[in-house]
Amino acid sequence: MIAVSVRDLVVRYSARVTALSGVTLTLETGTALGIVGPNGSGKSTLLKSVAGLIVPTSGEVRVFDRVPRALERGAIGYVPQIEDVDWTFPASVRDVVAMGRFPRMRTFSQFRAHDRAAVDDALAALHLGDLRDRHISELSGGQQQRTFVARALAQEPRLLLLDEPTTGVDAETEERLLAIVRGLVKDGLPIMMTTHDLDRAPEWFDRLVVVDHKILADGDPETVLASGSYAAIREHTHTHGHTRTTP
Amino acid sequence: MDALTAPFTFEFMQRAFVAALIVGALCSTMGTYVVLRKLSFIGDGIAHASFAGIVIAYLRGFNYAFGAAVVAVITALGIGFVHRRGKISLDTTIGVLFTGAFAVGIFLMSRSQRYSVDLEGFLFGNILGVSRDDLVVVCVLAAIVVLCVAVLYRPLLYTSFDPVVAQASGINAAFVDYVLLVLLALTIIISLQSVGIVLVAALLVTPAAAAAQLTRRFVPMLVLSGVIGTFCSVGGLYLSYYLSSASGATIVILATLIFFAALAFRRRSA
Repeated sequence: MIAVSVRDLVVRYSARVTALSGVTLTLETGTALGIVGPNGSGKSTLLKSVAGLIVPTSGEVRVFDRVPRALERGAIGYVPQIEDVDWTFPASVRDVVAMGRFPRMRTFSQFRAHDRAAVDDALAALHLGDLRDRHISELSGGQQQRTFVARALAQEPRLLLLDEPTTGVDAETEERLLAIVRGLVKDGLPIMMTTHDLDRAPEWFDRLVVVDHKILADGDPETVLASGSYAAIREHTHTHGHTRTTP
Repeated sequence: MDALTAPFTFEFMQRAFVAALIVGALCSTMGTYVVLRKLSFIGDGIAHASFAGIVIAYLRGFNYAFGAAVVAVITALGIGFVHRRGKISLDTTIGVLFTGAFAVGIFLMSRSQRYSVDLEGFLFGNILGVSRDDLVVVCVLAAIVVLCVAVLYRPLLYTSFDPVVAQASGINAAFVDYVLLVLLALTIIISLQSVGIVLVAALLVTPAAAAAQLTRRFVPMLVLSGVIGTFCSVGGLYLSYYLSSASGATIVILATLIFFAALAFRRRSA
């Protein structure tokens, strides 16, 4: 079943800045799709377009055959980069994870047994049980990342989008996230994830897409790893850190 | 005991206490969102902008509070619109729109030969002058604000912490932002008669800022802010009665003292 369909997607931030140009891809359920590319290549823009956070300049994004904003609440779980929020906000780990249930709840409904179970399961899956009452400002970067992933899991999404969840996390957190992603995919969840970790891509993903404002390569990780476009990106990323190409 | 009940022997003081109670609780509860969303400037901005509505109402001969409310709501929606569509920072947007609206008020006032509204009352408040009709308006507007906050409790909380993810999960963050701005505009209008344009920002920000020093959880902060705001409003009114001081200023000074006490308590606890 096709979970995500992107066709001829163009996203322009201004007349001079084109983030994505003519991107076409599909994602099936039970598949983990990795999106790699240099900084500023449009990886996060692609993810945000699928999440319905960015309106395409042209082209089409459909999630489960509907435009993202027309989906039922809670359908898309989005895990942003951890620096996107204020971690001094008055909330414990459990409070943040419980927010994942908000889109699934009616206006005045209380937390029911299923909501509590979803939160507890998410906390347990990310090994956050002992930290549940801790204020979020007291967490390490890896723990903050796990809290965000737990919030997305508590939401019980039909599609999971992760924006560089392994950046700056410790090895233990990375292994946990890898195990969770593979487990969710095995259960049939479609996952899109941006990453800079090119070397471990075959362990994480069933398919790999190389993006540099447009799709440069799309296929199984081994094939993409062996492709010239990947090597060029890799060389550029390692020597310059990022590119500034604008089509 | 007599000291506590003495002010209530006057009917105008009874109305003032009811107004203080409502304004204190409402401002400080809404202030929690103001502080968490880093919107401290908005109280000042909308309060000043409402001045244009007061002048227009005077010149056209209708209720001042109504005129202030209309301009405050329009300014609040304008702030949200320009901020979102123009991709301009919120503080810059507030600065531009509030000074613009305030200038319109001054301009219209300067063009009128007959303008004689008690400007000092609007600048610094006159809670002792709250009439029975004013109180009805305060109660109705406060009830609307409380109802909306209750209905939008979860979306408001989620969008205050992480608006991007809230939006991705299907919550209409833009709608929630606009509603919050309108509710803040109504709250500010409700408070104008009590503490005035100059001090309303303090009543929005200071109790919530004090509560933030004492707790690191959202619901306790919301409750504590409401308690501090109510205490300051009622306590400040008592003090102003016995000190023969301006009620709005006394309320804000008390809130400021409580903020520093809370700050000292937090530093000591740490």
